[in-house]
Amino acid sequence: MRNVYVLGTGMIRFGRYPDKSVPELGAEAALIALKDAGVMIKDVEMFACGNLYQANAMVGQRILQQVGQTGIPVINVSNACATGSTAFREAYLAVASGMYDVTMAIGVEQMGKQGLLGGGGGGSDPAYSTEGRVGSGLMPAVFGQAGVEHMRKYGTTLEHFAKISVKSHKHATKNPFSQYQNEVTLEDVLNARVVAFPNTLYMCCPTGDGAAAAILVSEDKLKQFAAGRKRARVAASVLTSDPYTDRDLTLPDVNTLTRRAAQKAYETAGIGPKDVSLTELHDCFATAELVHYENLALCGDGEAGKFIDEGGGKHPDLGGKSPVNVSGGLLSKGHPLGATGVANICEVVWHVTGDERAKARQVPNAKVGMAHVIGLGSACTIHLLTV
Amino acid sequence: MAEQAAAQTAEQPGKKPILPVFKLEPKPHLVGVKCSACGAVFLDTKRLACSKCGATGPFQEVQLSDKGKVWVFSVIHQSFPGVKTPYVTAIIDLPEGVSVKSNLVDVDPLELQKNPGKAFGMPVELVANVVAKDRQGNEVVAFQFRPSAN
Ligand SMILES: [Zn+2]
Repeated sequence: MRNVYVLGTGMIRFGRYPDKSVPELGAEAALIALKDAGVMIKDVEMFACGNLYQANAMVGQRILQQVGQTGIPVINVSNACATGSTAFREAYLAVASGMYDVTMAIGVEQMGKQGLLGGGGGGSDPAYSTEGRVGSGLMPAVFGQAGVEHMRKYGTTLEHFAKISVKSHKHATKNPFSQYQNEVTLEDVLNARVVAFPNTLYMCCPTGDGAAAAILVSEDKLKQFAAGRKRARVAASVLTSDPYTDRDLTLPDVNTLTRRAAQKAYETAGIGPKDVSLTELHDCFATAELVHYENLALCGDGEAGKFIDEGGGKHPDLGGKSPVNVSGGLLSKGHPLGATGVANICEVVWHVTGDERAKARQVPNAKVGMAHVIGLGSACTIHLLTV
Repeated sequence: MAEQAAAQTAEQPGKKPILPVFKLEPKPHLVGVKCSACGAVFLDTKRLACSKCGATGPFQEVQLSDKGKVWVFSVIHQSFPGVKTPYVTAIIDLPEGVSVKSNLVDVDPLELQKNPGKAFGMPVELVANVVAKDRQGNEVVAFQFRPSAN
């Protein structure tokens, strides 16, 4: 496999864009990424487009109908919340394999005000709908229970989960791309209404619209186009699905596939968790972030609570260590499903390359960044980016 | 039309289980299938192959115990229209080595939020509750769990 570099990135602020279409949002991100890369759409040889809610509607091609119909191969990717990062990985593989030299990945989503309650169901007669009658299969229930499982195993407290939300909101105040940029106090978080125990409103990510894009290139093309500018190399690109574990079919196991992906990513890059300067991980709920501290080996098993109490996950400017979600994370930055995976790669790239767009929240001396996404059902991606 | 109407009235509305793994006769119970190669038990009525070991069977239908223990839970405060909140959703481990997800009833949801430890390992038993009426007028019965003595 060949070395692959991220030549350009583009992202629009996450939020609500009711007056724009999905292809328009994607096209905006594409144009920013192309400009950042210093290439034209005619230079792009292959394009992977991640989108979930219009997965049957050729979003990738419709984006090219806005930015340039060059006739290149386009694949439309859908992989739950890992949709964008899976698209990025397809674009990465296309270059790594030697097949193409310049590829593009876009993640784009428009969710409007729809809540996170998608995924329930039943037969055509609603009398046989199981949701709320034989438990809950919705995201808030799954991640609530993942948190409760940690409480059961290790005595983790509500304050630990709440502190994550306070931290991420604080981080978001430095990120102009974030949907929410307001601070919250520990009391605000603990006293907010409960959505699904133990997660309160501020421990659940908002829904919204957004898009992010990346241009990937081979080493030859990097030399041709980068012109001495600092660019990140993809040191690992890993995708896993959920292996058989005891309760996975009843309560999706979000841990095992993340652990396997992390182990594989560290091995591939030849580094360990201590070498990671910053992590953007999939904090769809505060409870998710806490269990992933351990799953990604940022701390030992059962030590996530202690890690938080000692400033783990906080930006170094706030006196923290092992910074996690300095962008504000899904909790503040937002989670337009298909866009998320590319957006967190953008964030990591900006830190390791010293990009202007992360200036206000730059992690000092960032050398390696990790981007983690999990899509329930389940898919996990981990990308390590380095300079 | 007349024939259809006649056929419908011929079948008296009764009770129907919410899912095929739930049997109402002779008394309400859950069924599973067991992989003969590795022993894994699935909450299912049939399978093409085992997702633990990959064997294509044979699979033996097993009657699952109506008693189990709570592994974890959450208290749901926000749901679809028509779903009464707050309620407790829980993962119940059955002695056959399979787990089941359902509502935990006859408990105080807010009390469990204050003392989550009370639920961990709590012995529970299956209870059959009517949760809806379908278009044919049948009562839809769901399996749920409630605290039990052991
Ligand atoms: Zn088996």
